[in-house]
Amino acid sequence: MIMRIIFPALVLLAAINPLFFPQWDAFLTIVFAKALPVIGIILLLQAGQVSFGHAMFFAVGAYCAGFVGRWMGGGGEIVILLVAALGASVVAGLFVGIFVVRYRYIFFAMLNLAFSMVLFSLLEKFIHITGGSDGFRIARPTFFGQQLSRSDFELGVYYLALVLLVVSIYGVWRLLDSPIGHALKAIKTNETRVEYLGISPRRTLLIGYVVSAVLAGVGGAMVGVFQGIATPDYAYWTRSGEFVFVAILGGAGHVTGALAGSYVFEFIRVTAAAYLGDTWQLTLGVVLLGIILFAPSGIVGSLIKLGNRVRGVKEKRSQSSIGKAGEIA
Amino acid sequence: MTALLSARDIEIRFGGVVAADGIALDVFEGDNLAIIGPNGAGKTTFLNICTGYLAPQAGRVTFKGSDLLGQSPRAITRLGIARAFQIPQLFAEQTVLENMLLAAASRAGRLAPFSRLADIPEREDAEAILHQVGCSDVKERMASELPEGKRKLVDIALALALKPTVLLMDEPTSGVASSEKFAIMDTLIGALRAQHVTSVFVEHDMEMVSRYANRVAVWSTGRIQKEGAPAEVLSDPEVIRTVIGG
Ligand SMILES: Nc1ncnc2c1ncn2[C@@H]1O[C@H](COP(=O)(O)OP(=O)(O)O)[C@@H](O)[C@H]1O
Ligand SMILES: [Mg+2]
Repeated sequence: MIMRIIFPALVLLAAINPLFFPQWDAFLTIVFAKALPVIGIILLLQAGQVSFGHAMFFAVGAYCAGFVGRWMGGGGEIVILLVAALGASVVAGLFVGIFVVRYRYIFFAMLNLAFSMVLFSLLEKFIHITGGSDGFRIARPTFFGQQLSRSDFELGVYYLALVLLVVSIYGVWRLLDSPIGHALKAIKTNETRVEYLGISPRRTLLIGYVVSAVLAGVGGAMVGVFQGIATPDYAYWTRSGEFVFVAILGGAGHVTGALAGSYVFEFIRVTAAAYLGDTWQLTLGVVLLGIILFAPSGIVGSLIKLGNRVRGVKEKRSQSSIGKAGEIA
Repeated sequence: MTALLSARDIEIRFGGVVAADGIALDVFEGDNLAIIGPNGAGKTTFLNICTGYLAPQAGRVTFKGSDLLGQSPRAITRLGIARAFQIPQLFAEQTVLENMLLAAASRAGRLAPFSRLADIPEREDAEAILHQVGCSDVKERMASELPEGKRKLVDIALALALKPTVLLMDEPTSGVASSEKFAIMDTLIGALRAQHVTSVFVEHDMEMVSRYANRVAVWSTGRIQKEGAPAEVLSDPEVIRTVIGG
């Protein structure tokens, strides 16, 4: 239902939106690009793991796009920047992943946080390479070989972000339906049995981790290119926290939760900032409280439940904790 | 005849508790070997050691002549030793069929990221196994929703889906309604014979043992008190006194 009707309909609306409400383009570009790392967070949550450090890959993507653009001269070409960001996040994801997939739960979360803080400090300290806390300027690259005006370029980035979002959502949706995806979900409920089926939980989690790192990296590159700058706070822990926040807000049980969460998050941020000034975080906090207390499955999860109730389908999921790892005697 | 699975001089202690104190046991091809003995005798511990979950403090375990000690449960599973658990170990948030398909996909080496799990060619086979253990009716249910008896059976089905050479079962029908118990064991043992699977099962019900085992080993505080054919072992006065009760 969601993937066959609602999501395609939204994509179609997004595709024609620039014809009717071009003033929303910039807002939606950010919504789409920042949904990418959130898809990665949702993927890891399927395995029961939360990363509080994924902003590091967001920064890796953005800085990599900046470096490659400068190295190519004149901002480079956007396709090459994205491919480079993808490659860099695969490498970074593998490197960090090999360490973190040995740990679970709070240790997994905190180790990710630690790695991201290391990157944050490096970005701040190596001023002569990264520009320090002022950030690294990313000049406007060519767009599929075309040197575009600012407004045409932004329209191009809008559609590119939309395409990347659609590809990522469908890709991860398929992944979760595959044997590897099911092995990831199995890690969440019974890692011992995963082992006893002859599957390596660490390898499985590493695959999921690298995919999530790539999503964060490409998202970071898109945001960096669109905003023309990468700053160390792309890697800061509050941004990592934001990704997790958005995943919970949108609904970690379904990939499209990333889009729903990203949209609502940016919407609150922009409107609340306009009307309430500096207290927009307060609004976000209240919204998150409301979600956790009244709709713990997030926006998409609540919609699914509502849909099921309307169609009279019985709740499928029940929370029980049979077969917790370590109790096999 | 050489043993398929062979344990020698296994010793393990947990603090003051001696759970294995010189265990030596051979499992031959085609065996349906029953392990009996009181609670806490070390039966589950023995299965934990054979599958690499615990490392003994002394002794060795070999499978087809090669050493198993130091290998992970995953590696041992891949060698062809599957295990069903005393407490069912299922993937609670997936359906029974998804649980089975994941086992089948692993066995077939199908852990590719873009095929659908539901479409693997081993599906028919996995459904047939579920049918064998009488669980076809719950295949679309979440594993967490199953009653205890069904969980046990699905747990066994998962091990069967791995198409093992040796199947280790820890109290396979405890928790299963006694009206169904024998019917299920009949099909299970029948299927194991048809597929030439060697089995070891821990069991408390002596009727089950005499009906389905060709050999029995009696565990008693970390030692094998007696071992042999069911008729002989089950009529041994010492065994009757300590294990069967009388
Ligand atoms: N991992 C462990 N840590 C500490 N003690 C254990 C562990 N596993 C088993 N034991 C102890 O070893 C003894 C044998 O346990 P177990 O093998 O489960 O017995 P059985 O399966 O024959 O009932 C028991 O006293 C149990 O408490
Ligand atoms: Mg036991």
